[in-house]
Amino acid sequence: MTGELGRRDVLRYGLGAGGALLVQIALPGCRPARSAADPHAGDFVPNAWIRVAPDDRVAFVLDRVEMGQGTMTSHAQLVAEELEIDPARLVVELAPADRAYDNPDSQLGFQVTGGSTSVSTSYDPLRTAAATAREMLKAAAARRWGVGLASCVAADGEIRHPPSGRSARYGALAADAAREPVPPRAPELKPASAFTWIGKSVPRLDAPSKLDGSAVYGIDVRLPGLHTAVVLRAPALGAKMKGFDAAGARREPGITDVLEVPTGVAVVGTSYWRARRAAALVKVEWTAGTTSLDSELLRRALRSRLARDAHKMRTDGDVAAAEHASSQIIDAVYETPYLAHATLEPQNATAIVRDGRCEVWAPTQSLGLAREALRRLTGYAYDDIVLHQTLLGGGYGRRLAQDYVVEAATIALRTRKPVKVVWSREDDMAHDHYRPMSAHLLRASFARSGAVTSWTHRVAAQSIIAQIAEEWGQSLVPNRFPLSFKRAAARAAATAYAGNAVPDMSAVEGARELAYAIPNVSVEFAPVNVDVPVGWWRSIGHSNNAFAVEAFFDEVAREAKRDPFELRRELLAGAPRQRAVLELAAEKSGWAHPPKSGIFRGIAQTTAFGTAISMVAEVSVEGRHVRVHRVVAAVDCGRVVNPDLVATQVEGGIGFGLGAALHQEITLRQGAVVQSNFHDFPSLRMVEMPAVEVHLVASDAHPSGIGEPGVPLVAPAVANAILRATGSPVRSMPLLGALKEAR
Amino acid sequence: MIRLTVNGTPREVDVPDDVPLLWVLREELALTGTKFGCGMALCGACTVHLDGKPVRSCVTRLREASGKEVTTIEGVAATPMRVLQEAWALEGTPQCGYCQPGQIMSAIALLRAKPRPTDADVDAVMSANLCRCATYVRIRRAIHRAADMLAAPPPDANKP
Ligand code: FES
Ligand code: FES
Repeated sequence: MTGELGRRDVLRYGLGAGGALLVQIALPGCRPARSAADPHAGDFVPNAWIRVAPDDRVAFVLDRVEMGQGTMTSHAQLVAEELEIDPARLVVELAPADRAYDNPDSQLGFQVTGGSTSVSTSYDPLRTAAATAREMLKAAAARRWGVGLASCVAADGEIRHPPSGRSARYGALAADAAREPVPPRAPELKPASAFTWIGKSVPRLDAPSKLDGSAVYGIDVRLPGLHTAVVLRAPALGAKMKGFDAAGARREPGITDVLEVPTGVAVVGTSYWRARRAAALVKVEWTAGTTSLDSELLRRALRSRLARDAHKMRTDGDVAAAEHASSQIIDAVYETPYLAHATLEPQNATAIVRDGRCEVWAPTQSLGLAREALRRLTGYAYDDIVLHQTLLGGGYGRRLAQDYVVEAATIALRTRKPVKVVWSREDDMAHDHYRPMSAHLLRASFARSGAVTSWTHRVAAQSIIAQIAEEWGQSLVPNRFPLSFKRAAARAAATAYAGNAVPDMSAVEGARELAYAIPNVSVEFAPVNVDVPVGWWRSIGHSNNAFAVEAFFDEVAREAKRDPFELRRELLAGAPRQRAVLELAAEKSGWAHPPKSGIFRGIAQTTAFGTAISMVAEVSVEGRHVRVHRVVAAVDCGRVVNPDLVATQVEGGIGFGLGAALHQEITLRQGAVVQSNFHDFPSLRMVEMPAVEVHLVASDAHPSGIGEPGVPLVAPAVANAILRATGSPVRSMPLLGALKEAR
Repeated sequence: MIRLTVNGTPREVDVPDDVPLLWVLREELALTGTKFGCGMALCGACTVHLDGKPVRSCVTRLREASGKEVTTIEGVAATPMRVLQEAWALEGTPQCGYCQPGQIMSAIALLRAKPRPTDADVDAVMSANLCRCATYVRIRRAIHRAADMLAAPPPDANKP
């Protein structure tokens, strides 16, 4: 990108001539982006999200990153609805780091995109922001024309005065609107019956740039004088560098620096390929690392931990008494492996750190965490840490960790050069923050009548929150508190989580909320904290727990000699939303009629991120070969902003979850991650992608999450179909590995 | 100095001839639409055409492209194959979008070889391209839609 291109200090997307998306990127030295309140003379900036320029450009600042889940489009629709403008006319700018953009979710509380919260937490604030802007534009027009406010209407990007036939574009009113007082009370929002854009499958605003190569991901950031760094990393967890010899590398053309950094040896050059070639010439010696971190040993440790009592996360009735009085008890152990995220865009970030200023471009899910981490690294004031979001080539929770951001800034700080750090796929696979490995003890008791009288679920796993609480806590505390206080508060939180004084609910989500009417329930958590880096993996605890719960449920149904759909339906009598999606999935899949010969069906349901969801999978099994032909999903995610985007999230969630369910596993051998690339960490391929049907339940409830709920159910739905096909349960993921072991 | 033609424009690059074409495109020629995903011919994100044939540019040495015609995603809009981009958008295909340039380059090659591919044809060719967002349902539909669009007579062909 050349000097002329970037003038503004945010990445910008908008429809340009011919419908092509314009993409502009900031250049260093431009004025820092501190908030959307970055007006040029005459701009109307009523709040942090909206800016109307006199040339009639209506900009919308997107504060939830676009990583494929469709926020750019859904959020533009929310703004468009109250602003009375076609969402395709909005110029979408990606928000800078600013606490105005903190996620209003009660558990997040800083600038972050995750937890499937983007629509639910923006639904009211964005509409209110847009309605406020609209009312101020109306007031400006009314004043200019000397007419009553009530006689003016907003439509299609202009204010009209129907009695006189006058009208003015928003841009023409911008300067006047900027002088209008902000309405003392938040304007009333439209009733759903008046919606124009909400509920409509508006085409993705980011599609054109993603199809012609012009979209700018983190890895595509270009700056004058930019250098690229690659890092030679520890071959095993806990391995320490003993020394390195970089004499050969330093002699390579285009190599400017070779330096030791906390993550390894950084080789910096004028391009990626030069740095990568030179890196091959560096000899690094490492200690052996933490050899006790070994999947087989950890698996055994988790299993043996299941034998002992654990922290009670939910207790209904008296399980022990129910078991004592029962006529039959069954139990089983379910297991899930560590998993990598494997975003197709490997981790990367670009930084300039010099002259007391730190400027970073990164494909991160959290500018809030990134800024806090950079403050710890540099000690600079918040205002001197300037962050730019880029598009993300996949997130899935991986980019909630900020290791690549800190690494880029560290190298930039030490070399005083603009530096982009780019990870190889091998770096990415071996240095992830993995979905925790888990083991689950499930036990159910039955009365003589066959009724299920008790349900016990004990989860043994690493606590993600215990590991990250210190970092996250510091971002939560308001910026006016000194760093030392932030640190102390966050450390206290981490200690509380590690000892389970504050329980990590994410470890038992999907288990604790069991919706089945079983009178005696015990859900327990046994944290087993080891030094394997763990993190949020799309759908978090649900991805482990829904598998264990819903697959064991079919073992229960088999024991009770009941149809798995019928038994679920009966036990969901008190949970109407869940029961409705279950019935819808069963109906649309034709559950009442037997499938074609050789095809077996499995059903599952859960509630995740506020969304009730159910799936039926149609599967055939031949030897160790499993083929998933069709998945029917029924979803209740409250009011739907964009039905097609919701469908794509569920389709994609199914494919993402199915790849993991069938194939994926990260294994540790003597502290080292065994897998390195897509040959040994296989992702779902097109030939394995089932036909998918997504059915939405019409609802006027507040919107709930959709980026993640599609992921967790495909594993149990497929496992349940395999149980029907083979007569034996598959109790561990990856399912193909479990099938192999069973035979 | 190695000469090649990129999207119709003759280019010269002065780098060792064993540098992967991917990095020549991205870093020497500033064509960042071609993506790096694995570096081992496993994901297809880096797919470009060499004299019309799809190759994984991450494992294609610059010298293999010497004197040849390279087409990248940035060059597609200038060809009749731009209908794939339209079909992709109409089907709401991209999510994160990172794999999509490679998907489109592979699909163009498929439709050149088989203007009316079956689902099995699509699966066979397109399974070499990974999509971590699993947009496969839409990619399949977009390919069939593009095939229809390419087969349709131009809008005014039926007019007398
Ligand atoms: S980057 Fe070339 S195939 Fe993956
Ligand atoms: S759209 Fe994200 S990897 Fe394909």
